[in-house]
Amino acid sequence: MLYSEKVMDHFRNPRNVGEIADADGVGEVGNAKCGDIMKMYLKIEDGIIVDVKFETFGCGSAIATSSMATELIKGKRVDEALSLTNQAVVEALDGLPAHKIHCSVLAEEAVRAAIKDYYDKNGIAYEPEQFCSGDCSCCHEHDHHGE
Amino acid sequence: MIYADNAATTKACPAAQQAMLDGMERFWGNPSSLHSPGQQAREALQTARETVARAIGAQPGDIYFTSGGSEADNQAIASAAKIGARKGKKHLITTAIEHHAVLHTMEQLSKEGYDITLLPVDGSGIVKVEDVAAAIREDTALVSVMYANNEIGTIQPVAEIGALCREKGVPFHTDAVQAVGHLPIDVTAQNIDMLSLSGHKFHGPRGVGALYVRRGAPLFPLIHGGAQERGLRAGTENLPAILGMAAALDDAVTHMAENNVYVSSLRDTLIEKLSAIPHAALNGDRERRLPGNVSFCFEGIEGESLLLLLDDKGVAASSGSACTSGSLDPSHVLLAIGRPHEVAHGSLRLSLDRDNTMEDVESIAQATAEVVNYLRDMSPVWKSLQRGERSYVIQ
Repeated sequence: MLYSEKVMDHFRNPRNVGEIADADGVGEVGNAKCGDIMKMYLKIEDGIIVDVKFETFGCGSAIATSSMATELIKGKRVDEALSLTNQAVVEALDGLPAHKIHCSVLAEEAVRAAIKDYYDKNGIAYEPEQFCSGDCSCCHEHDHHGE
Repeated sequence: MIYADNAATTKACPAAQQAMLDGMERFWGNPSSLHSPGQQAREALQTARETVARAIGAQPGDIYFTSGGSEADNQAIASAAKIGARKGKKHLITTAIEHHAVLHTMEQLSKEGYDITLLPVDGSGIVKVEDVAAAIREDTALVSVMYANNEIGTIQPVAEIGALCREKGVPFHTDAVQAVGHLPIDVTAQNIDMLSLSGHKFHGPRGVGALYVRRGAPLFPLIHGGAQERGLRAGTENLPAILGMAAALDDAVTHMAENNVYVSSLRDTLIEKLSAIPHAALNGDRERRLPGNVSFCFEGIEGESLLLLLDDKGVAASSGSACTSGSLDPSHVLLAIGRPHEVAHGSLRLSLDRDNTMEDVESIAQATAEVVNYLRDMSPVWKSLQRGERSYVIQ
């Protein structure tokens, strides 16, 4: 199998799919041209992520990493969620094929983009370099290797 | 499981399996040996060569057995390039939608100083004969145009291109891997100088193919060694595979007309049913296409997840999305027919065959519609299309 059982489980039965109409933070990363876009919605109360939903356009691992990322941050404090790494997502999924690692990077960035949106909306100060500029590493990868 | 990926590979038919067993049980001798077991193997090899030749209107002496379609493509192109260079001709013409066995061979030659012209195709994937004519130069050493495309099924105007090349005195090669055993081919009438074919695309075994080279056209070996294949392809012949391929091809050619009527009726029904899915578009030409090829793009979704969920529903298919290929870009074929990246990622290829049924077609259509709807429901791209934040590429 290309994917671990965990990946297939999260792909087949993705957790937290959908949108939150009155979300406190929304982040969208990726690029349709690259073949994956992730959109993350956060509901935050007292600095705790009380609900999270995602929508993803992408391959099996893009859907699975989104799903796992939502599981990993649900119920966590915002600053804890901000420290979520793509490596943690990969490990929680029992690994990803090398050419799919960028999906986990996208999942991490989707979470961060949603948190940044929450900070922006609520006037919470942060260091700009904490967040990526919005164009994901996936797309840089495409720029370099595109033929 | 409904198998709808016959363009990737086919199951070896009973005749092929039996012939392969014969190759191991009865004809296990080395065709180069002078003793009886060797000579029996030699005769079996010769019979297989005659069968393959007959299937494409060639002479047995013009057939060279190879390890498959890729080797045949490599050898044909490398040979034409080599003889061309000797005459100061270092220009090669091919199309943007070739298989990588052709494209990557051309790229390699480009690095070695050859000038490569990649002809465009129209929106349905057809190469214009006028474009081939306009591209031919004094120093053109080869025109290589595939017979039928593996992804979108489009059949090229091979006879017209063959006639043009013959008139201009330029060698013409066709990668006919998807066509042999499925479409009537006559290398003589169609003025084909070189043709590649592969055993496992018509219910023969894999690891075996053939290169047809018209008598008098130059050929050089890629593999050096013994004098097999008239000194042009060294290595003891893979006789079980060659016999299996010949048996499968004989079977395919014998039943081609009836198979094509049947398979194209399945194809047409499936195309009709999938066309009912909103914002879905058929890839490739509606008429000039392989009997079993159905290729679609669905807006707002990605192909790999589509394939995996179809597999869960018991349908084995294929996609030209980047994710399925392991590369980062979607299919060069879909890009060449003008599909934008985001739509090319949402492609699905279903390649039907004589073993499929109308019930299969019903199930495939239903499963596809369900999976497309499911994936669209979780796709932010689809949502923004629906909200009018971006415009549909496929109307």
